[in-house]
Amino acid sequence: MIEQLVFYLFGAVLLISASMVVIMRNPVHAALFLVLAFFSSAAIWLLLQAEFLAIALVLVYVGAVMVLFLFVVMMLDINLVALREGFARYLPIGLTIAILMVIAMGLVVSSDYFVGDEFLVKRTLADDYSNTRELGLTLYTEYLFQFEVAGAILLVAIIAAISLSMSKLKITRSKEPGDQVLVKKEQRLRIVKMKAEKSS
Amino acid sequence: MITLPNVLTLAALLFCISVAGIFLNRKNIIILLMCIELMLLSVNMNFIAFSHFLGDIHGQVFVFFILTVAAAESAIGLAILVVMFRNKDTINVDSLNTMKQ
Repeated sequence: MIEQLVFYLFGAVLLISASMVVIMRNPVHAALFLVLAFFSSAAIWLLLQAEFLAIALVLVYVGAVMVLFLFVVMMLDINLVALREGFARYLPIGLTIAILMVIAMGLVVSSDYFVGDEFLVKRTLADDYSNTRELGLTLYTEYLFQFEVAGAILLVAIIAAISLSMSKLKITRSKEPGDQVLVKKEQRLRIVKMKAEKSS
Repeated sequence: MITLPNVLTLAALLFCISVAGIFLNRKNIIILLMCIELMLLSVNMNFIAFSHFLGDIHGQVFVFFILTVAAAESAIGLAILVVMFRNKDTINVDSLNTMKQ
């Protein structure tokens, strides 16, 4: 009973903050509502016994990605009026598509595929069950190769983000290949004529 | 006790809200990126719900990888956004038409 109450409370907070992200005028407020959405979904994940991922969501998303969003939003001087035009114009089609998707997904979810006996088992976990341990055991054995690929993807993301945003700054030591090719011998090499010393 | 259709309905509503957000805020790249993050969150919630109700840990491994890829995607997306703002002084999607001309 209390479980259901917590689920509906955080579900309502999640849906309200998600719609505020969509309709907020100011991107800073939208980012802060996105943080609230992530927090409430982390609470729902805790309710579904995915403790490690709930904490990882708060640490990775709220701690890193959303701070990145806020940094970018606050550093850019954005003309908000020009970005809002078309909101009212696209409101009917957006709402129509959203309602159609709600109906389609409602038909799928309300069908009897997901109410079978295998979904209704109340799973009792052992006292020393650790979600982090189970996840790590699976991740580092069965999914080791995929884990390494995920690390490579993160490395590529770091290099891409840095090289994209730093390319034209003065502090980089990047070379201009065109200038390097056009260099003449006279610009680099100075020939000095000297009298040979006579040995006595 | 919460059931699987409860969580699936919540995730479906979240997905629909973010799809509507992409239609409504089609000028503003920052809000578009945020809506993509919300979509990935609803997909992750489906994975975790099935993982919980089927007693299978593999769904949570998938959520782990989706989180990784989403973090990389938003980092690169924001870097592209910064470069675009530096070059064009706006983040309006309509100004991204250099290839068309």
